[in-house]
Amino acid sequence: MIIRAHILVCGGTGCVASKSNEIMAQFEKHALANGIEKEIKVVKTGCFGLCEKGPIVVIYPEGATYSKVSPDDVKEIVEEHLLKGRIVKRLLLGDAEAQDVARSLDNVGFFSRQLRIALRNCGVINPEVIDEYIARDGYAALAKVLTKMTPQEVIAEMKKSGLRGRGGAGFPTGMKWEFAAVQKADQKYVCCNADEGDPGAFMDRSVLEGDPHSVIEAMAIAGYAIGSNQGYVYVRAEYPIAVQRLRLAMDQAREYGLLGRNILETGFDFDLEIRLGAGAFVCGEETALMTSIEGKRGEPRPRPPFPAVKGLWDKPTILNNVETYANVPVIFNKGAEWFASIGTEKSKGTKVFAVGGKINNTGLVEIPMGTPLREVIYDIGGGIPNGKKFKAVQTGGPSGGCIPMEHIDIPIEYESLVAIGSMMGSGGMIVMDEDNCMVDIAKFFLEFTVDESCGKCPPCRIGTKRMHEILERITQGKGELADLEKLETLANSIKQSALCGLGQTAPNPVLSTLRYFREEYLAHVVDKKCPAGVCKSMMTYTIIADKCKGCSLCAKKCPTSAISGEIKKPYLIDQSKCIKCGVCMDSCKFAAITNR
Amino acid sequence: MGCSCCGTDKMAQELDRIIAKHKDTRGGLIPVLHEAQELYGYLPMSVQKQVAEGLGVALADVYGVVTFYTQFSLNPKGKYKVSVCLGTACYVKGSGPIFDKISSILKIKNGECTPDMTFSLDACRCIGACGLAPVIMVNEDVYGRLTVDEIPAILDKYRKMEAGIA
Ligand SMILES: Cc1cc2nc3c(=O)[nH]c(=O)nc-3n(C[C@H](O)[C@H](O)[C@H](O)COP(=O)(O)O)c2cc1C
Ligand code: SF4
Repeated sequence: MIIRAHILVCGGTGCVASKSNEIMAQFEKHALANGIEKEIKVVKTGCFGLCEKGPIVVIYPEGATYSKVSPDDVKEIVEEHLLKGRIVKRLLLGDAEAQDVARSLDNVGFFSRQLRIALRNCGVINPEVIDEYIARDGYAALAKVLTKMTPQEVIAEMKKSGLRGRGGAGFPTGMKWEFAAVQKADQKYVCCNADEGDPGAFMDRSVLEGDPHSVIEAMAIAGYAIGSNQGYVYVRAEYPIAVQRLRLAMDQAREYGLLGRNILETGFDFDLEIRLGAGAFVCGEETALMTSIEGKRGEPRPRPPFPAVKGLWDKPTILNNVETYANVPVIFNKGAEWFASIGTEKSKGTKVFAVGGKINNTGLVEIPMGTPLREVIYDIGGGIPNGKKFKAVQTGGPSGGCIPMEHIDIPIEYESLVAIGSMMGSGGMIVMDEDNCMVDIAKFFLEFTVDESCGKCPPCRIGTKRMHEILERITQGKGELADLEKLETLANSIKQSALCGLGQTAPNPVLSTLRYFREEYLAHVVDKKCPAGVCKSMMTYTIIADKCKGCSLCAKKCPTSAISGEIKKPYLIDQSKCIKCGVCMDSCKFAAITNR
Repeated sequence: MGCSCCGTDKMAQELDRIIAKHKDTRGGLIPVLHEAQELYGYLPMSVQKQVAEGLGVALADVYGVVTFYTQFSLNPKGKYKVSVCLGTACYVKGSGPIFDKISSILKIKNGECTPDMTFSLDACRCIGACGLAPVIMVNEDVYGRLTVDEIPAILDKYRKMEAGIA
C-alpha cells in the first residue's frame, strides 16, 4: 500500500521532555484503531528548532505544522486530519488569523528568514535511519572526495569556501587542516568537539541528535585530507540521546562500508570512537580536551606546540566543532564558490544560534552571516514576552559579552561582535529584559568561571575569585566606587596573563557590562539600589497603601510574621523582621507590594 | 540502600569485567569510571582502589581524575536525584529562586543528600532543554516552564511514591 501521510514528530531533547515519545505511540495506536496503520508513517526526527512551541508534529503532504501537541490531542488529529482531511486548526502553529490555510514550515515567520545548511536535515530526516541521510545526498561528498580528489585538492576547496570554526574562535578550517596535513607522522588524529560547554547553547546537541551522519561523513573527509585513520568524538555526558544516536549512526555507517576499513572500496581506512566528557567546562578547550581523551585530568597546556603539530598522544591532531563539521559535506556537494557566496566578506556561510531567555520563540535559528541582530531577536525570535523592554543580549557564553540596545542593528559576524566587546562564541544567545540585573548576570558568569577554572594558573584561579568577591560585595550593597576600577584593572591583567582561553576570556562578561551598563553598577555602589529588583539584600519590601485592600493574605504567608495590620486597612511590613524572601509579593493579588 | 559499604561481591566482579573490557583502550580510565559510577551510584575509595589496581595506574591518578570532573561523585546520591538547571537560559528565567526553594524544603545544600537518602540536590549546567526554561530534573523526569509555587507538589509526588513503596 502507498503511504499517503508522513507524520514527523520531533525527537529532540526538549520535545522528548514534553512527551513526544508518547505522542508517537498514540499516533501508532489510533492509526491502528482506525485501520490506517499501513497508510501512514510516523517518523521520529531531530529538532525542528522551535523548542518553545514543542512538541512539534508536522504532517505531509499538506505540511501542516502542529505545535504544543499533547498525547491527548492525537486522537483528534488522527480522526480529523488523517481520516477526513480536515486540518485541526486549533493546534496549528502561527497567528490565529492566518489559520485558514495549512501553514507549511517555510511560511512560518520563524523559518522564512532562516537558511539551513548545518541544520539542513534536522527535523527532516529520521536520524536513526542511514538511508534517509543518503537519500538527501548523504555520503555523496565523501564518495566524491575519495574517488575524484587528492587530499591537497580537498584542503584547497576548504580554504576557498572560507569556512571558519563554529566553536568559538573562528579559525579558518582549511588552514587548520593544512597545518596538520603537512606534518610527517606515523599517526594523526581527527577530533570533534561536542563538549558544548556554554550553559545556554544546544546547537551541537541538536545536530548530533538530528543529523549524526553529517558529522561522521565530514570527519572521514577530514581524515582523508590530513592523512589520518582514527577519529574521536568528545561528547558531553549530559547528552544521552545524542550519544545513543551517534553510536547507532556509526554502526550503520560501518555496515554500509562508509566507516571502518577500505571505505567505498577505495583503500581508505577511517574509524571513530566516542569519548564521554565528565562535566568539566575547561575540557572544551582544545588541549584540555585532548588531555581528557588521554584519560587524565583535563588541564590545558601551553601552546605552541599547537595540536596540529603535537596533539592527542603527541601526534598531529585537528579538532573541529560539531557545527563546523556539519557544513563540510555541503561544501563538497554544492561547491566552495556557492558556500562563499553566502555571508559577508570575512564571515562565510551561516551560523546556528540557540536563542533563549526572555524571548517569545525560544529555539534554534540558522541565519546567513551578516544578518542584523535585530532581525534575529524581533523578526525570527518574535520579540520580548509580556510587553517587557529589551535590555541586552548575551552572546559567547561565559567568554562573551552583553550587547545593549544601541548595538542591536549590528550585523552578526566574527569581527563585528568582537569590536563591541562580545564574540560569536559557539552560538548561545540569551536575551534579557528590564527585570534582569546586569551586575547579577556578570556575577553569574564569573561564578561559572570560578567554578570551572582548572586551577593550573594563578591569574585565573585567584584572579577570577577576587573579581567574584568584589561583585558579591557590590550586589550585597557593600561596594565602593573604587571597586569598579579594581574590577577593570584585575580584568585586564587576567586577560593578558592566563594560560588558556577560559581565563583569558573570563573577564569579558564583567568588562562588557561595565562598559554598557555602568549606571547600573553605580546604582548598586552609590545609591545602594538594584534597579531591576534582583539583588536581594538591596531590596526593601513595602506595601503600597493605595493599592492594599487589607485582605491579610500576605500577613498569613509571611514566614517571620513581619507583616501586621487591621483587616480592610493597609498593612505594614516591619523591616527589622523582614528576611526579603518575597513570599508576600508573590501572594498579593492586588500587586500592592513592591521591592524596589 | 543506605549502606555505604563497598557493595556486594557480585558488584566487584562486575567491576572487574568493566575494567577488563577497557584495559587495552588508550585513555580507558574515564570510560571505566563512568561505568563504575553507573554500577555503584558513586565512586567510593574501595572502588577507586579496585580500578587503580585493575588498570595498573596509581591510586593518586584515579583520585585526581575523579575529583577533577564534576560528574564523578565521592558521595552517594539520593534515590531521587533532583537537578536544577542553572544554565544561562534557565537562570535568567528564575531558576535561582527555584533552587533556593527546593533547598529550603529538603533542608540540604548543593551536592548534599537528605539523611534518609531519599533526595539529593545538585545544581547542573544546561541540559539543553532551554525551550522549557526554567527546568528541573528528578532522575529522568524533566519538569519545565516551572514556577516556585509548583515545587512543593513535585517533591510531594516523590515522597508519596516513597511512602507507597515502604
Ligand atoms: C574554555 C573553553 C571552552 C570551549 N568550549 C568549547 C565547546 O564547548 N565547543 C567547541 O566546539 N569549542 C569550544 N572551545 C573552542 C575550542 O578550544 C576549539 O577552538 C574549537 O573546538 C575548534 O573547533 P572549530 O575551529 O571548528 O571552532 C572552547 C574554548 C575554550 C577556551
Ligand atoms: S586559564 Fe584557568 S582554566 Fe585555563 S589553564 Fe589557567 S587556571 Fe586552568
